[in-house]
Amino acid sequence: MILVWIIALLLIGGLLSWFAAQWNKHLAKWIALGCTVAGLILVSWLCMHYKDAAPAGSTWFIDYKTNWIPAFGIGFHLALDGLSLVLLLLTFFLGTLAVLCSWTEIKEKQGFYFFNLLWTLAGICGVFVAMDLFLFYFFWEVMLVPMYFLISIWGDTNRRYASYKFFIFTQAGGLLMLLSILALYFIHAQQTGIYSFDYFDLLHTAPEAATAKWIMMGFLIAFIIKLPVVPFHNWLPDAHSEAPTAGSLILAGLLLKTGAYGIIRFVITLFPQQAQEIAWWAMLFAAIGIIYGAFLAFAQTDLKRLIAYTSVSHMGFVLLGVFAFNEIAMQGVVLQIITHGISTGALFVMAGALKERLHTRDINQMGGLWAAMPTMGGVALVFTMASLGLPVLGNFIAEFLVLIGAFSANATLTVIATLGLIFSAFYALRMMQKVFFGPAKPVSPIKDMSAREMLMMAALTISIIVLGLFPQPVMDVVRGVVQNLVAMKK
Amino acid sequence: MHQYLYLIPALPLLGFLILSLAGRHLSRSVIAWVGAGSVCTAALITMGLGIGFLQTPPANGVYTQLLWNWFSVNRLSVSVSLSVDALSLIFIFIITFVGALIHIYSTAFMQNDRDYARFFASMNLFVCSMLILVMADNLVLLYLGWEGVGLCSYLLIGFWYETPANCHAANKAFFITRIGDTAMAVGLFFLFKEIGTLQIPQILIEVPQHFANGANNGTLIAILLLAGGIGKSAQLPLQTWLPDAMAGPSPVSALIHAATMVTAGVYLIARLHVLFEFSPLAMSIIAVIGALTLFMAGCSAMVQTDIKRILAYSTISQIGYMFLALGIGAWSAAIFHFFTHAFFKALLFLAAGAVIESLHHEHNIFKMGGLKNSMRTVFLTFLAGAASLAALPLVTAGFFSKDPILWYAWSAENGNAFLWLLAIAGAFITAFYSTRLMLVVFWGEMKTQITERPGKRMVLPLIILAVIAVAGGFIEWPHNLMHLTLFSEQVQKVLPAVVLKENLPSEFIFQGIAVLVTLGGVYMAYVLYYQEKVTLEKWRQSPAMLSIRNFLLHGWAFDELYDTVFVQPFLFITRINKKDIFDQLYNGIAQLNVTLSRLLSITQNGSLRWYIAGVLIGILFIITMQLL
Repeated sequence: MILVWIIALLLIGGLLSWFAAQWNKHLAKWIALGCTVAGLILVSWLCMHYKDAAPAGSTWFIDYKTNWIPAFGIGFHLALDGLSLVLLLLTFFLGTLAVLCSWTEIKEKQGFYFFNLLWTLAGICGVFVAMDLFLFYFFWEVMLVPMYFLISIWGDTNRRYASYKFFIFTQAGGLLMLLSILALYFIHAQQTGIYSFDYFDLLHTAPEAATAKWIMMGFLIAFIIKLPVVPFHNWLPDAHSEAPTAGSLILAGLLLKTGAYGIIRFVITLFPQQAQEIAWWAMLFAAIGIIYGAFLAFAQTDLKRLIAYTSVSHMGFVLLGVFAFNEIAMQGVVLQIITHGISTGALFVMAGALKERLHTRDINQMGGLWAAMPTMGGVALVFTMASLGLPVLGNFIAEFLVLIGAFSANATLTVIATLGLIFSAFYALRMMQKVFFGPAKPVSPIKDMSAREMLMMAALTISIIVLGLFPQPVMDVVRGVVQNLVAMKK
Repeated sequence: MHQYLYLIPALPLLGFLILSLAGRHLSRSVIAWVGAGSVCTAALITMGLGIGFLQTPPANGVYTQLLWNWFSVNRLSVSVSLSVDALSLIFIFIITFVGALIHIYSTAFMQNDRDYARFFASMNLFVCSMLILVMADNLVLLYLGWEGVGLCSYLLIGFWYETPANCHAANKAFFITRIGDTAMAVGLFFLFKEIGTLQIPQILIEVPQHFANGANNGTLIAILLLAGGIGKSAQLPLQTWLPDAMAGPSPVSALIHAATMVTAGVYLIARLHVLFEFSPLAMSIIAVIGALTLFMAGCSAMVQTDIKRILAYSTISQIGYMFLALGIGAWSAAIFHFFTHAFFKALLFLAAGAVIESLHHEHNIFKMGGLKNSMRTVFLTFLAGAASLAALPLVTAGFFSKDPILWYAWSAENGNAFLWLLAIAGAFITAFYSTRLMLVVFWGEMKTQITERPGKRMVLPLIILAVIAVAGGFIEWPHNLMHLTLFSEQVQKVLPAVVLKENLPSEFIFQGIAVLVTLGGVYMAYVLYYQEKVTLEKWRQSPAMLSIRNFLLHGWAFDELYDTVFVQPFLFITRINKKDIFDQLYNGIAQLNVTLSRLLSITQNGSLRWYIAGVLIGILFIITMQLL
């Protein structure tokens, strides 16, 4: 039941802040903040509670099921395991920061803005816990539409183009996924006579090999568009660079992760056999994505676009690790999902803060900012280093585990992927140098970080360092899930 | 004592945290106390540890301390744990002791810098990372230190970030070492796949069992790890970053780019010596790389005009000697050369820094001159360092460490005439450029006015280092001269002794040749730069000599080569694809749809005739279809 409350909290909070803004526009952000913080506390409590209390024989902590549309076999089925739990925690952590970084940036239609923000978060939470495929699809759409509004209303100059592109790409993938869900639904009904969208029912469906492959591709394409994998990544740079700061934060930190989650939860569990057959191709595309994203990131002059392309590169590690099919790589994937959310989120927050001060995203217009804002420079350095995989920071553990795990699965492709570490240094240091080093450009005096920004950055910095030094608790929480996933390889 | 092991890296870390978080609110003297104090305390603890280690050695020769379990998945289990044996202890001693002296020196040297706190924060972080590197008991933790020192090197080379050239040098250093690091990472993956562990002690046990002599995978792993070492230690072909790294403040060059970080490669190879010993090919590669590097970098050092670049090339060259020694299996000789080199090269950099500061930031040695009398202490200490670098026989530490390498280059089982010739040529070159440097800077007429003089905090470290640069070699004598081997006794607790060929000629002959060659180098520099400057003038007129000089001056044109082969193509590819080719594809699809929609909307033109024609054609079509 608590899962329902968590999602309801966001949905109701969203509506409340929309209405509240009619009388007092400042109320909206306080309500939004209250909701996300409350959610964060709830999920943290869940973490504490289930940290070392995995129920015997099962990896599921919570399983809540009630009828929704019984005629079609649609249930309201939410469940929580270690993977969902850490993703929920990430969602509320970044959600809270998203509210905070909109604090002064959003000046118009605040009510509707926070409504959209909270509803996107609700959709994301739903995606992470829905165990009914129809419900999953429902949440998948719930996170998409408000995000579309966030980009198209509060975005930057080219926002219409970016929001259409985002919508069309995601929707095209979503459509394929819907077809696959329906196919699976009917095949299941044919085989057993029971119409059900329930994840656990469908797990035991065994379509013919050829059919299964096509159904899997439907899911896979939806998820790799979201992840994204080259060549389906083109919605991402536009959406990330045009979205308001909170939008970029949620896109990079959370929405991409729903793609990763989908692959783990659906593609390789529903179709273990078929997934292994395409493993080589998936790893190839992963390696290509890592290098290609890094090359493009290096070329960009728009700060947010640059960071966006680094996401393309980093998400390649997720794909690589998932299809390596071993425990080490899979643990790396989970950590990569979390640490990339934090580090890239932080970079976007920083880019947003710079934009608020300098009114530009062009790194050629920046330079020598360290002198004026050493604190932000220091924080930027931390996350630049996280981006290029410096040990001590969480991203290193993630990438290290992915690569060392993937190496035993496919050495050649892993070596190509590892070259990404070199190219990541190229773009990361170029960014650092263009923005913070070099001769100072004559700009009007700019302020270093405010207390609110310091708070956000401190939270992000501490978490990335803690994850880098003490990643074991996270790995313990998801161990059961990961071991089950790997055990599917027969 | 060993329960305080963690304090050695923790103290500099604490210093870093204080300075980076609160540095801007602290006064300069507090910053100096924190920055230098943390490293000095670590040095004192190290001394205590070292004395304990010598007096009552631990049972298996190792102190260990487990701090916490870092991560463990499946069979990969990595902990943050420290381990100190004789080899690491030597490195820790150098890092903390030389580090402490350099920090003390820096408190005065950087006195007027705006970013006093940032400087010491980075320096402390460096010391911490370097200590972790040499104290790590597994390769992942070692890699953490390895990357950490790379970061600090980057930050400190680009310390004066307003000048684009400094940032460029910093980036270059990071990029090139990163290439090596990535190869090393692949090596770790491979090693784990083969052996299933990254714990150093276990690797050393497992390797002999796992790899038959010369097994291909073993060689491959060794070469990959070696690539990491080559990058960090600025050996061929990844040496190009070090001369540019001189953009950083002089204490940085002394600490990072002379005494400690650049010898990380030497440490790595020595630490994993079993892995390398099992691969004759990898050993030969190390020896050849070392020999070529020491020669090529030495040649470049002969023609440099920037005082710090001379020293930088000389560092590359001296590390080449260490690699050579490693490659021929003279482990102890390599470590001993590291030991003496750390002192005399740090000394040279610090003294050069003092000269540069006094002459109003002048780097060009030909604009210096005549400082012999006006800067007496600096002159004497510089002389000690340069003599040690040139390996003047019997009176300098450099002699005692370099002489065995020259001897083993011939006499060790893996040694041969080619390696020996390069090494002996290197000895000549080293003596030549050391003398040239001394003569040009300290003799002759004064060309630049002295603006300020080094204070006590700068002079004291110079004197201490100078004493060691002269006397530090007496702890280890060549076998034929005196039987005193305090250093190699310790090293050989960890590393095997060198294996010699049979039926060798007397060691005295080789020593004699080495001494003559060294003195020859000194004499030639004396003739060219002091006695008969005319010859040099004549050479400067000759175009052939001049082009050779330029070729050497620019480090054998490696930069140009890499620029054409790697940098420009990379920039070209990224530039032409800036707009992302796939984006064009999708925009093309969108465009196609727009065009199609336009074409179709032409038919909807409101003209009744068109519609009737359309309906009729449709009917005709259907009827035809029916008929067929």
